[in-house]
Amino acid sequence: MSRIGAIALAAAVVAALVLPHFLKGYGIYLISMWAVLSIAALGLNLTLGYAGQVSLAQGAFVGIGAYTVSLLLQAGWPFPIAFVAAAIVCFAVGWGLGYPALRVQHHYLAFVTLAFNTLIFLVLRNEEWLTHGIYGISGIMRPVLLGWSTAKPLAFYYFCFGMMTLVAAGLWWMIRSPWGRAFVALRENPIRALSLGLDTRRYTLMAFAIGSSLGGIAGALYAPLVQFIEPNSFALAMSFNLLLMVIVGGSGYFFGPFLGALIAVLLPEWLRVTEGYYLIVYAAAIMAMMVVCPTGLFGLVERAARALRTKRAPPAAAPALQTDRTRP
Amino acid sequence: MASFIQLLVSGLATGAIYALIAVGFTLLWQTSQTINFAQGEFVMLPAFFVLGAMNFGAPFWLAALIAIALSVLILGFIFKYLIVDPMLKHGVLPLVISTIALSLFLKESAKDFYSSQAQPFPALVPPIDLHFLGAVISVQSITVLAVAIATVVALHLLLNNTRLGRMMQATAQNPTLARILGVPVARMVLYTFLINGVLVAIASILISPIYLAKFTNGEVLGMAAFLAAIIGGFNQVRGAILGGVILGVLDNLSAAYISSQYRAAFPLIILIVVILWRPQGLLGRAEERTV
Repeated sequence: MSRIGAIALAAAVVAALVLPHFLKGYGIYLISMWAVLSIAALGLNLTLGYAGQVSLAQGAFVGIGAYTVSLLLQAGWPFPIAFVAAAIVCFAVGWGLGYPALRVQHHYLAFVTLAFNTLIFLVLRNEEWLTHGIYGISGIMRPVLLGWSTAKPLAFYYFCFGMMTLVAAGLWWMIRSPWGRAFVALRENPIRALSLGLDTRRYTLMAFAIGSSLGGIAGALYAPLVQFIEPNSFALAMSFNLLLMVIVGGSGYFFGPFLGALIAVLLPEWLRVTEGYYLIVYAAAIMAMMVVCPTGLFGLVERAARALRTKRAPPAAAPALQTDRTRP
Repeated sequence: MASFIQLLVSGLATGAIYALIAVGFTLLWQTSQTINFAQGEFVMLPAFFVLGAMNFGAPFWLAALIAIALSVLILGFIFKYLIVDPMLKHGVLPLVISTIALSLFLKESAKDFYSSQAQPFPALVPPIDLHFLGAVISVQSITVLAVAIATVVALHLLLNNTRLGRMMQATAQNPTLARILGVPVARMVLYTFLINGVLVAIASILISPIYLAKFTNGEVLGMAAFLAAIIGGFNQVRGAILGGVILGVLDNLSAAYISSQYRAAFPLIILIVVILWRPQGLLGRAEERTV
């Protein structure tokens, strides 16, 4: 990572730690939501950005995670166990969803996962004996961890932020491990990866399972954050929104999802000054953004950095590493 | 038996409308690899054009023509130049995001600038029922079927029996070769967008008397168009027609005979089975995998 990047990252972390003290209740709720959705978007970025497997079902995994945690908490289980259970359930279901990806790719895979998302939504809505249907589950308690109560908004934000940091650190390590390289190989050229002796089948399933379990972890934090869940929160709109975060931030860039989630959470709120028209303006802004930088904001940053570099250095020097998009 | 015929005919009518929407959807895919996630909203919108024109005092037939013209202009021409063209060279996903944003844009616009309430929409024909083998069949269903079939036949003739249509097919099948042979590929792609504009406007005028004109209509219709297109075959116009009809009939029959709670699930399950068993769709040709 370049020095400027390191400084920017440090500044962002300090801001994320200090800023909440100056915010009121709703502001803290929004940045907690940012932290939670960032985790889900990180998972999708692994599946889509690194491993190249299109998924429109990440919202469903957030839902499965949220429902798992809520139901287990209601049954009297302690939060840490419920939390781990949510991640495991999503890992298993995500592994299963990976099987279609072994047969079809690209837009077909997008449609299979889209159908899966809607099926999960229908189950959440219709199986009232388990999920309480459209009435949802309310009164989800925020956990007390080692004597530290996260019931206050600020405390819960720090809990979410801590979890996000842990997940990000784990992911950072994984992407630099041989696994991460294998995922990228899967995206760039699956046939060559296979011929080099990579078990593409296992890595495809893994990409789905790990990405999905991060969705589950996000769901496990979403439920105690909002303290009310209902099936509509996890319909296609959620998956579209998560996909938007990944693409707008920059798919395949490690820090893309954080920026994308920030925009998807905050932009609609800032646009509230336009009264009833804020969603119209938001949609128009996204369309404009996609026209200007289809590779996402980090793609734009990289393009600008490269332009600067080539201006300074002699033109022959640069191109060798340009295709390696795993570097932020 | 009587109720079965009734369900079958109304299912065929809805299926025919789905087919129109799905045909437009596949046309865009074939010629420009556009997966239009706003296709449902494209069908929702022309109904509001009709209502708007009628508010200015236009009779229904004139309002319908105005709606078709506006739809061709906005949902065909402007959509292509403003949204699709700048994104095409960057692959499928950025365009997917753009069309998802566009669907939100259109939905919210219809809500804020027209109304959030469902609007009654003039029917094409008076509400008369026919009796046939004990079944009650509305003239409306028959009219919908007739108009949809006429549209599809017209499109079929255009695509297969005219020079223009064959040039469009050439563009869809192999743009590079078509260009070498002197087909103006860019203009052919534009034509498919314009045709899609006509198709969604007709579908809108057909379906709105049944569903009422409401800003949320696009969600259901867009999903139906995807499902129909994929079940039938993404790269075939007749596949999309078959898919639409299957979907409409199945939706009606499964709601009546199996489970109304899970009626929305049956098409999805069929979709998953079809994709896993025959990814190219029931009538589709296998596409070559890109390496």
